[in-house]
Amino acid sequence: MRYRNATAYRFLTPYLLIFAIFWVWPIISSFMISFQATRTVPWRFAPGFNWGRLIGDPAFFNALKNTLLILVIQVPVMIALAMVMAVLLNSPLLKARGLYRFAFFAPVVVGEVAYSAVFRLMFSLDFGIVNKLLNTVGLPKIDWFSNVTPAMALIMIAVTWRWAGYNAIILLAGMQSIPEDVYEAATLDRVSKLKQFFFITLPLLKPVIVFCAVLSIIGTMQLFTEPFLITERGGPGGGTETLGLLLYRQGFRSLNFGYASAVAYTMAGLAIAITLVQLWLTREAK
Amino acid sequence: MSSLASARLKRSIALHLFLTPLALIWLFPLWMMIVFSTMPDNGIFSPGIELLPHGNFLDNFNNLQRDTDFVGAIVISVCVAVTYTFLSVMLTSMAGWALARYQFVGKSVVVAIILGTITLPYAVVLIPQFIMVARDFKLANTWVALIVPPLFNSLGVLFMRQSFSMMPDDLFDAARVEGVKEWRIFVFIALPLARPMLAALCIILFLASWNNYLWPLLINSQPGSMTAPVALGTLIGLTKVSWGGIMAGAVMLTVPMLIVFVLLQRHFIAGIAAGAVK
Repeated sequence: MRYRNATAYRFLTPYLLIFAIFWVWPIISSFMISFQATRTVPWRFAPGFNWGRLIGDPAFFNALKNTLLILVIQVPVMIALAMVMAVLLNSPLLKARGLYRFAFFAPVVVGEVAYSAVFRLMFSLDFGIVNKLLNTVGLPKIDWFSNVTPAMALIMIAVTWRWAGYNAIILLAGMQSIPEDVYEAATLDRVSKLKQFFFITLPLLKPVIVFCAVLSIIGTMQLFTEPFLITERGGPGGGTETLGLLLYRQGFRSLNFGYASAVAYTMAGLAIAITLVQLWLTREAK
Repeated sequence: MSSLASARLKRSIALHLFLTPLALIWLFPLWMMIVFSTMPDNGIFSPGIELLPHGNFLDNFNNLQRDTDFVGAIVISVCVAVTYTFLSVMLTSMAGWALARYQFVGKSVVVAIILGTITLPYAVVLIPQFIMVARDFKLANTWVALIVPPLFNSLGVLFMRQSFSMMPDDLFDAARVEGVKEWRIFVFIALPLARPMLAALCIILFLASWNNYLWPLLINSQPGSMTAPVALGTLIGLTKVSWGGIMAGAVMLTVPMLIVFVLLQRHFIAGIAAGAVK
């Protein structure tokens, strides 16, 4: 291809302009703000102010612990579930495929606010349909909102419901791009379906799984709406407080932009570290 | 042969026995959303189990409209989502075109930056974006604030680049020999050819804007400038509020998207499968 600098940049300019204003500058600016004391007018440079506070802040460690806990449990469960959905939706034995696809993929179009509201109602203590159903099968009701463990479980259930189908779509597309004859050859050699899954599908799908995992981790890392709306601002008593919620509280309720920026950069650091580990894991296998 | 057929049948039955309950569980919250939206509040908060819709949707909608100007918020959401989708599709397809079809200085840098931002949490830019738009540009509570800052998206560009780079060279070279200008080639040859991909991108971008919550919550917090999800969100957790009304709002936000999803499922799935926009 011939070099066409002027033409290329004419097409790229609007995009790069938006990128520079709303991403590049904020990334730099956020970093600098995290080294400033922002509750004085004018802001002043104080390198240890926010980061020093971060290291000794129990609220930060609580949010970090909750976020990592959700991350470690919810993401693997969801990816595994998405994998089950994708494998079964891909089965040639399945009838009425469209209906099943609709059931699993429909949550993808549902907004966070709408589904948070529904989950709140469904899980309410005395009048929630979930507790009523638990009662009918003889199980005790669960107080989903006043105890930490059920509240955390509820957040994980909600997020899994919303995103499992999304990941299943990506995994299913990945599976369908694996050439059919690989499986045909394996079937001729009398390799069982289960073995085919573990020794053909999984290894070939690894990059797709990693892509799903990375997107899910970054999404869960920033979890905000669900603990904000479902468990009422991270309740009970900060039991479902996440880093996203802490950032919101510090930045936009207390208007402490410096501290909130330090929290944001911690999230970014974690996301980048986890992503690098995952990329490294996939490279190792090749 | 017959034992093979019966083994197949057994496996098929097992498959459906497992998948059907799972599918019903998955549909349950959506079904309950519709059921709740048609029940009066004293029905929602009663000890009985109600699994079928009632006839109270309009009353619930009136209650919602009394609690917040939801219709006004819907109008804002629709206008913003349409404008956003149009601008974002233009921006990303232009950038995708440049990356797919031209060689230029700094290309690898641009690609690396775009790839890098995929794994960067949005939280990092949130605070400076807010300070800039609200304090420096004084654009809080305007449509511009809702539309412009989210315009940058990386997966959409990669999706369009992929689409354009799969097109045959001859097509464009023939036009170039005729002396057709590059922007005309882009608008009149490349874009029409990319129609299925553009459809997928449009759906995903529209949905992203329609459901966007955090940024509109922060930047357009004045009543009268809120988008529909934000307006609905303000009601959740209030004590004197109609939950039937909230559910009616949730249905109004969700059901149109479900219909679009059913009608355009192929494009939808193509868009998500390409990892278009999270």
